[in-house]
Amino acid sequence: MTDTWIVTIVADGRELRVAPGTSVAAALLGAGITTVRRSVTGEPRGPLCGMGVCFECRVTIDDVPYQRACLVTAKNGLRVTTAQQDAS
Amino acid sequence: MSAGVADIVADVVVVGAGPGGIAAATRAAESGRRTVVLDEGAEMGGNIWRHRAGDGVPTQARKWMARFARSGAMVLNGASVVDARATSGGDGFLVTAERASLACRVHGRALVLATGSRERFIPFPGWTLPGVHGVGGAQALLKAGLSFAGKRVVIAGTGPLLLPVAATLAGAGARVVLVAEQAPARAVVGFAVGLLTRPESLLQGARYRAGFFGTPYRTGLWVSEARGTERLEAVTVTDGRTTREIVCDVLCAAHGLIPNVELPRLLQCEVANGAVVVDNHQQTSRPGVYCAGEATGIGGAELAIVEGELAGLSAAGSATDVELLRHRLRPLRRMAARMEHAFAPRAELRDIVTPDTIVCRCEDVRLRSIESGWNARQAKLYTRAGMGPCQGRVCGASLEFLFGWHADTVRLPSEPALLSTILAGTADESADSLHQGA
Ligand SMILES: Cc1cc2nc3c(=O)[nH]c(=O)nc-3n(C[C@H](O)[C@H](O)[C@H](O)COP(=O)(O)OP(=O)(O)OC[C@H]3O[C@@H](n4cnc5c(N)ncnc54)[C@H](O)[C@@H]3O)c2cc1C
Ligand code: FES
Ligand code: FES
Repeated sequence: MTDTWIVTIVADGRELRVAPGTSVAAALLGAGITTVRRSVTGEPRGPLCGMGVCFECRVTIDDVPYQRACLVTAKNGLRVTTAQQDAS
Repeated sequence: MSAGVADIVADVVVVGAGPGGIAAATRAAESGRRTVVLDEGAEMGGNIWRHRAGDGVPTQARKWMARFARSGAMVLNGASVVDARATSGGDGFLVTAERASLACRVHGRALVLATGSRERFIPFPGWTLPGVHGVGGAQALLKAGLSFAGKRVVIAGTGPLLLPVAATLAGAGARVVLVAEQAPARAVVGFAVGLLTRPESLLQGARYRAGFFGTPYRTGLWVSEARGTERLEAVTVTDGRTTREIVCDVLCAAHGLIPNVELPRLLQCEVANGAVVVDNHQQTSRPGVYCAGEATGIGGAELAIVEGELAGLSAAGSATDVELLRHRLRPLRRMAARMEHAFAPRAELRDIVTPDTIVCRCEDVRLRSIESGWNARQAKLYTRAGMGPCQGRVCGASLEFLFGWHADTVRLPSEPALLSTILAGTADESADSLHQGA
């Protein structure tokens, strides 16, 4: 892990600063956003497999819905919308 | 040709850039074949070698990556293969991938499928709570930059991945409070005796033990429940007689690995016991389609490399080193068979699933809505189990373990894809027209 925190993404309107190479899933979990989506019956869900298999980490990235957060690398300015926003 | 569709023509197309796919592509390219590798990951390396830029990479990985780079093989990262089929002209195969929301078609005379493995998940009450990850899943998240420092972690399930992952997480500052291996002590000891014939693996084991010195490793123990409201708060473990509750932030739970056979199935390659059947050239039942690595059975990176080398050489029509490689396969395959036997999930794991336990997490199908007299197809039809976004990749193995059902046929696409990608792949052009277009 490097100590240069140079990548900034925006998750649900909140700025998250992470090391280069961090996946969006890791960035969200690291910021305490453990529920990234709601299941079809409204249960909280978060990343399970970490490698693109389970689709539990899907979020909206730069207005494109249904992206697997564990397969996307954080880049400056990237905007993420999770289920956290409409959970409450 | 529709806009946004890229066409590439190669001799050998490799799907998967893990150890198996890298070895296959390297050998094929070194034999003078135009070789293209596709992988849906952002980085090469598969499940064991994938890494973040700048982090330490194992020597063997570095060696193969360098050799791959010199070989002249081309790699397409971030490309999810959603379809593969023989061209109507009979001169090869057309592979369709989705890359940055665009369809991408690659034609090859021979195909090497090195799609690797994924974790096997067996349901238990509470396994859908945030904070519950796979075992390799937690390791993947760590590699992808997630900090586990200071977290109370329980690692449970089965297989040789539990210990190295415990060591890695402990090394990253996690408080690994328990490693629970469901297999009985005698099976694990039996496996350790098996390891004696492979001293280098044993050394690896010792290094791992040193890495998480003080962490309790228990055999014959499994998780019967995970509890929490919005996220995981505690787990209950049992040995079948007594139970114990452990407060924790993270539970890593998985029951070994299973081969990824969706793409081989789509190509109608023979699959037996959940693994792709190959001959001693690594060729599948479908001529021109080869398979290497954990898609042919779980056996570790070393076996994947040797199979990959063989598959790459065979796909390139080369006989170099083939005898030598076959000789190296034998002990590795024996070891793999022993491992599978030692870490088979115990029958009691079926008893902890309650009527309310979710068995298909994509569609929130609970055990009580499934009737044991059904087959996998009926379960899909009546409850949507297996019809969610993961297309049964998670619940397929769960249902197989609980009910003995086998996933049957694979419908196109083998991964969720954009409609434009599917249409690009089904517009069946022969390689000749592709060559002219290229
Ligand atoms: C989550 C996980 C963690 C693991 N951790 C360890 C470990 O710490 N130590 C260890 O010794 N072993 C580990 N293993 C086992 C190890 O992965 C294997 O032994 C080895 O990597 C097998 O190599 P392979 O080439 O067969 O497959 P893999 O390494 O699995 O590579 C397969 C590749 O194919 C790609 N792929 C699959 N389907 C498609 C598709 N449709 N389109 C595009 N690309 C596709 C995948 O993205 C992947 O990169 C782990 C396995 C898993 C599943
Ligand atoms: S965590 Fe499973 S697909 Fe992302
Ligand atoms: S878990 Fe059943 S379809 Fe994904």
